[in-house]
Amino acid sequence: MNEITAAVVQIGLVVLLLVLVHRPLGDYMARVFTSRRHLAVERAGYRVMRVDPDAEQRWSSYLLSLLGFGAASILVLYGLARTQHLLPLSLGVSPMDPAGAWNTAVSFVTNTNWQSYSGETEAGHLLQMAGLAVQNFVSAATGLAVAVALVRGFARSGTDGRVGNFWADLVRAVVRVLLPAAAVAALLLVALGVVQNLGGHVEVTSLAGGTTVMPGGPVASQEAIKELGTNGGGFFNANSAHPFENPTPLSNVVEIFLLLVIPFSLPRTFGRMVGDLRQGRAVAAAMAVLWVSAVGLLTWAELAAPGAVPTAAGAAMEGKEVRFGEAASALFAASTTGTSTGAVNAMHDSLTAPGGGVALVNMLLGEVAPGGVGAGLYGFLVLAVLTVFLAGLMVGRTPELLGKKIGRHEITLVALYILTMPALVLVGAGLAIALPAGQAGIQEGGPHGLSEVLYAFTSAANNNGSAFAGLTVATPFYDTALGLVMLLGRFVPIALVLALAGRLASQGTVPAGEGTLPTHRPIFVGLLVAVTVVVVGLTFIPVLALGPIAEALA
Amino acid sequence: MTTATPAVTAPRRGRPGAALPFVRQTLAGLRVLLVLTVVLGVLYPLAVTGVAQVLLPWQANGSLVAADGSYLEQADGPTPAIGSALLGQRFDGDEWFRSRPSAAGDGWDATASGGSNLGPESQDLLADVELRRAEVSRADGVAPGEVPADALTASASGLDPHISPAYARLQVARVAAARGLDESAVAGLVDSLVEGRDLGFLGEPRVNVLRLNLALQTMAP
Repeated sequence: MNEITAAVVQIGLVVLLLVLVHRPLGDYMARVFTSRRHLAVERAGYRVMRVDPDAEQRWSSYLLSLLGFGAASILVLYGLARTQHLLPLSLGVSPMDPAGAWNTAVSFVTNTNWQSYSGETEAGHLLQMAGLAVQNFVSAATGLAVAVALVRGFARSGTDGRVGNFWADLVRAVVRVLLPAAAVAALLLVALGVVQNLGGHVEVTSLAGGTTVMPGGPVASQEAIKELGTNGGGFFNANSAHPFENPTPLSNVVEIFLLLVIPFSLPRTFGRMVGDLRQGRAVAAAMAVLWVSAVGLLTWAELAAPGAVPTAAGAAMEGKEVRFGEAASALFAASTTGTSTGAVNAMHDSLTAPGGGVALVNMLLGEVAPGGVGAGLYGFLVLAVLTVFLAGLMVGRTPELLGKKIGRHEITLVALYILTMPALVLVGAGLAIALPAGQAGIQEGGPHGLSEVLYAFTSAANNNGSAFAGLTVATPFYDTALGLVMLLGRFVPIALVLALAGRLASQGTVPAGEGTLPTHRPIFVGLLVAVTVVVVGLTFIPVLALGPIAEALA
Repeated sequence: MTTATPAVTAPRRGRPGAALPFVRQTLAGLRVLLVLTVVLGVLYPLAVTGVAQVLLPWQANGSLVAADGSYLEQADGPTPAIGSALLGQRFDGDEWFRSRPSAAGDGWDATASGGSNLGPESQDLLADVELRRAEVSRADGVAPGEVPADALTASASGLDPHISPAYARLQVARVAAARGLDESAVAGLVDSLVEGRDLGFLGEPRVNVLRLNLALQTMAP
């Protein structure tokens, strides 16, 4: 089988697995978040936590609970990072400095998993297990909760803005969805070679006579939720390129599947909860169009290998592993940047210029192709609201989506949501290249240096976490600035989405009339994709022209 | 759906800060986080570790191998491990098949995994590529144009255990000469250790350098 056929079949396998699994998983998640019954273990948990899982919350108190949980998480993680040298299983690591600990705490709480530290030497096992891996679960569960709350906004009518109970949504997402799936996935990964022990570094004498270190740790248990929860924070510095995190092409496909499976199943959950499966299919189709385009373009770019170094070497193999090669690296890169995961199995800084550009644009789309766990669905539903609004303007009718009128108040929230991420990216990157402290971190001058900075702020604002790692980011300036951008990039959109959910839930439902734009037909899918691309294009083309485009044309 | 009770149990009177809703929610968040940390941060990884250590001890402990090629379940047991079947090592000298270039620390440093992170137009990287090409071309006596890409570029992890079949075959003559072995025997050894794509279409064909050198060592110590 030649390289290109193998690449296509490899993509086909991932698609097939997603097609098979998204229905049962999507339906199951819809049942999880609509069931009125608590499991016995959940009820016991609620008693210890002293929260009432049956109280319906208005959107504002739902948000307050979410923010309270986020604040508690940041405090605890910051504390763990600052005191990790005192904890058991610390392997002799030093405590993180204040800026680094702040950056790491915010990074993992916001589902970004940007890492300004190196896993194998700067994070003890207990910080990894009880701090970072816990946030891998609960930050994903938080994303799921927000998505479900927005879907309830569409599904309900005439409440006074009640969108569910945050604590129940959080606990159910963990107990009934993420934990069982992660446990199975972790053991599967161990079977394929991912390590899982509590040991530290062991020195051995290598075959040729030197010494070499065998690192250890609870890697598989973290790897599973890192992908499944679209988190992306590697146990090791090399992330999913490290053979102990991702040992074979087969484990590579398992990890790609894990990071795509919940985002691609949630449209089904949405369709199920609003009582119209066609609506879910339309959203999934739009996500699929964007993801397949990104995979196709990135695979082409890496196999065609344009650029000075790939041409000289004969292939774009810098920063790639032999077992994956160009195709499996491109598939991973497109999936990880499309889902806000940010794990990498190849070094994105060394991708070809068009390949790195696709990865960047994938994040600039706002992480909706198919987006992070929960975040992808709510991001796409916001874009769907914008699309019916624009379509309504074109034909002069009151725009509505699923029987909800999109009025001044709703579209204001949507507009603020759309503007938040570009504002953070452009202001942040602008400041970084203007200030000496920001310029100091740039590894390469010229367009590639701008791409490095732009990629960093895009990754932070979209809670992705992948990096053009040539940029030196373990400095107080980048730690602090990127921490702020991650925090605002996560919680400002969430606040706006929950406000929108409350607004929708308090509306009545208008029956579809002749002037209603059907939102399940291919034409709407096309419109939705176009709006997504155009909004991003108009916002970012100037800076893209100065960075990756200039580099590709050089 | 219409009850308006707060979702957090009302605090006992007199607790500091209890009047502020955000503080109250943060305290609730701390309690929830504490319970979830016990389940997700302690019980879950320990349970996975326990099952993995019982059912899959070799994989769970790093796929360690001994000098005779046998599998080991611990690095510091009675038989010393010489490495992991999954991690690349440094091999200098003409008698060894070499690994790919590594940007991990000073090379193949498993405490500093990572790539060069140099971009596709980097002049530094271009210089590295030409340096490696000259070195391989000299050591293996092949034309500079014949050196495959994986021999000229650093891997993502710096611990890539594999090289391409082309790079392995290119090294056969040098290794056979250095060990006084028949070239066709070494070539046959390489061919027998070429791994195809997983399931026929996943990833790329490859040769594990440690396994190859171990087999070589067994053939001609």
